[in-house]
Amino acid sequence: MDGPDVGWYLIVAAILFGIGALGVMLRRSPLIVLLSLEIMLNAANLTLIAFARQQGNLDGQVFALAVMAVAAAEVAIGLGLIVAMARRRVPLDVDQASALRG
Amino acid sequence: MGNFLVWVIWFVAAAGCLGSGVAVVSMTNPFYSALALIGNLASLAVLFLLLSAEFVAAAQVLVYAGAVMVMFLFVVAYLGGQADAPWAGGPRLLRGAAVVAAAALLVEIVVVLGLAWGDNLTEPADVSSAFGNPAQIGEVFLTDHLLAFEITSIVLLVAAIGGVVLGTTREKEDAV
Repeated sequence: MDGPDVGWYLIVAAILFGIGALGVMLRRSPLIVLLSLEIMLNAANLTLIAFARQQGNLDGQVFALAVMAVAAAEVAIGLGLIVAMARRRVPLDVDQASALRG
Repeated sequence: MGNFLVWVIWFVAAAGCLGSGVAVVSMTNPFYSALALIGNLASLAVLFLLLSAEFVAAAQVLVYAGAVMVMFLFVVAYLGGQADAPWAGGPRLLRGAAVVAAAALLVEIVVVLGLAWGDNLTEPADVSSAFGNPAQIGEVFLTDHLLAFEITSIVLLVAAIGGVVLGTTREKEDAV
């Protein structure tokens, strides 16, 4: 394989996952929380594809495509929820959206 | 020489990937965050290409950086992107705990991967140049993983219906 070993890709994916997790925990705008979730999903995708290349097995790439479809569904629902929040004049702040708290 | 070029491309793509990831998390305006995520997805597509995942890279650019992010930018424009400083609000303890938790997660991932795979990552399998092209992906998807394929279509249908239901205007709500 030309270029870096699969391990380098895994390190990039791990750091990217950490950045996404930090965004989800730190930020309060639901839009940016959704974007950080996308980063985490894509880091997982990079891991799947790196291991698919390592094993010479296409199952990982197929799983990555399924993750992509689930991520698209998640964005559709998440954006729908955010627009519904904005329409009901709920402040766009995940700390204040506590109506479902048990 | 070809090897060196691959390293350079890998380095640029990885740096772009991590840099735009940090930008997504640290921008105050959600619009700029969404634009940074497009850069992030594009550099990830380059990494996918280097791992000979041609079809996934094409799908990444078309579906993700194209369709999903356009939807995102429309919603940000509709809501009039309120700025929100990354460090604003919440107790200081909570913010520190978030940073510590993310760092701990990163260390855990690296340690677990290193322990489980550290010795086996240097010699990737030999693959033909057809590895990851649309024909092979389609064959695997539609024979070995047919059930997953069909369930994916149902998930997307449910999400589309859910998006319409959530987005439908009701007169009572708008009168608040």
